[in-house]
Amino acid sequence: MSLKLGVPSKGRLMEKTFEWFAARGIALTRTGEAREYAGAVDGVDGVELVLLSASEIPRELAAGRIHLGVTGSDLVREDLADWAAQVVELAPMGFGHADLIVAVPKAWVDVENLDDLDAVAAAFRARHGFRLRIATKYHRLVRDYLRSHGVADYQLVDSQGATEGTVKNLTAEAIADITSTGETLRANHLKILRDPPVHCSQATLFAARAADWTQAPALTGLAEKLGLALPPERLGQMPLSDRR
Amino acid sequence: MIQAEAIAAELLAQMQDAGAQRVAADILQPAETLLDLYGEDIRARAYVTHDPALGEMMLRPDFTVPVVQAHMKGGAEPARYCYAGPVFRKQDGRRAREYLQVGYEVFARDDPARADAEVFALFSRILDGKDLRPVTGDIGILKAAVAGLETSTERKSALMRHIWHPRRFRALLERMGGQGQLAEARAELVSNLRVARAEALIAEAGQMVGLRSADEIGARIATLLRDAETPPIPREQVQALERLLSLHAPARAALGTMRAQGWAALAPALAPALDRLEARLEALDAAGIDSGNLPFEASFGRTTMEYYDGFVFGFVSVRDDLPPVATGGRYDALTSVLGQGRAIPAVGGVIRPEILAELEGAL
Repeated sequence: MSLKLGVPSKGRLMEKTFEWFAARGIALTRTGEAREYAGAVDGVDGVELVLLSASEIPRELAAGRIHLGVTGSDLVREDLADWAAQVVELAPMGFGHADLIVAVPKAWVDVENLDDLDAVAAAFRARHGFRLRIATKYHRLVRDYLRSHGVADYQLVDSQGATEGTVKNLTAEAIADITSTGETLRANHLKILRDPPVHCSQATLFAARAADWTQAPALTGLAEKLGLALPPERLGQMPLSDRR
Repeated sequence: MIQAEAIAAELLAQMQDAGAQRVAADILQPAETLLDLYGEDIRARAYVTHDPALGEMMLRPDFTVPVVQAHMKGGAEPARYCYAGPVFRKQDGRRAREYLQVGYEVFARDDPARADAEVFALFSRILDGKDLRPVTGDIGILKAAVAGLETSTERKSALMRHIWHPRRFRALLERMGGQGQLAEARAELVSNLRVARAEALIAEAGQMVGLRSADEIGARIATLLRDAETPPIPREQVQALERLLSLHAPARAALGTMRAQGWAALAPALAPALDRLEARLEALDAAGIDSGNLPFEASFGRTTMEYYDGFVFGFVSVRDDLPPVATGGRYDALTSVLGQGRAIPAVGGVIRPEILAELEGAL
């Protein structure tokens, strides 16, 4: 049986991933027609390329249907409960950088950090009778971040897109979203809190603990090519049923 | 599961023998009004759903709130209740989402110390022989200490609000003592805000977006400027509070330490709360619990239910991968919130039969 490597199926993330592997002597290519999601691997034996949407890769890793996968570190942390019990971070790949940050209106001249946001949340609730709303699609990451910093009296509201617009549309008071340049935030009259970001994301190569590693002999050769220090025996000994 | 249900039935029978009346509560509870009472942690973990006629509903995350509600609608006084059934809380990872709780609650106006001791002694007796470590604490002492700080009402209420969030509490205390990064950040913010009038600063910052108005921003600027004139909380008080928060000792010794000279900075405020602790220890001794050996941790209970406001206790297993087998405490203020002004002192606790079953399986 071959080792299944899941890679984003299109766009910049796919190109950068192909470049990263090429730089390490492994050629990944898409085969067939332009619209067909099939691929080939040259330079190492026993590895099968699986092209997937980046957002599906965390789930496929968790289920053990692919052995290795490339996706954003933010998606793995957000989509998988107790992510470190399900996947192993093998290599940060140095591209696809984006920070998950909390932003508030620029006009809030009295707010610079989480300490201020927390105080404002208490006053907002007393004044408006409901909790200050923070729009995001990263519920798990943002909830954990605010809880670990002891921020109270907020609520998360779901926003799957155009999150920066929610404040102007009066469906949220603040937002938590991914940004790389901050352009969109500025255009929407928002500013980033000064605290360290919720998460600094980048494209990362992950290994699935739940995959069947006993049937994937290609791992050693692949790890050697990629220059990875692997904990393969640990991967093999962590079947799904024993996960904590 | 079957083993846990058998344990639950047995615990319930012992509570009924102790004089408690068995009560039931709906699994589906109204969410909007009740959820706030549990605090941030449970609020985030409740399973909330929408009912077309009743609005936001939740799967009950505990029994105490519905039991208090039922009692406030016309229970006799004094009253002792017990119950058993599943509660529901979202979890990350493997911890159970649905698990049994068996609980005992006492509503009594006279002699709160004796009611505290009654509940603790009952739990201690029915959990005897299970290899558990008891631990006690007192949220009332923490609240009294905060109330006794020489500082503004705003600062005290900010600290009160965060008794339940140890990390933010510590950060606030440090800032209000004029120390650390947050104090520096605050000083910088205040100096920026002094440059011009609030309206000018807001206008200059950019387009006004969102529901929070210029009025509200102006009001907080005024609060910040006023707070900047408030002297730091005296060093001795900050240190005394920090020592209090990290106090771990047998209960009698802890009482002695808190009464001792070194705590003078907080002494006047603490005295009534310490008298209540002393009365409780005497009641515990009378109920057959040796208060000279009973562990007391001043910070215990700070990350549990936000409605506790006095005595708190737990029985924890030596296995640190398991949640506490039992937890409980006093919640006088909750009864006044749910009784719309009418209040009755109340104390109670819950046991988790599944954890007992798991421990028995391991023996």
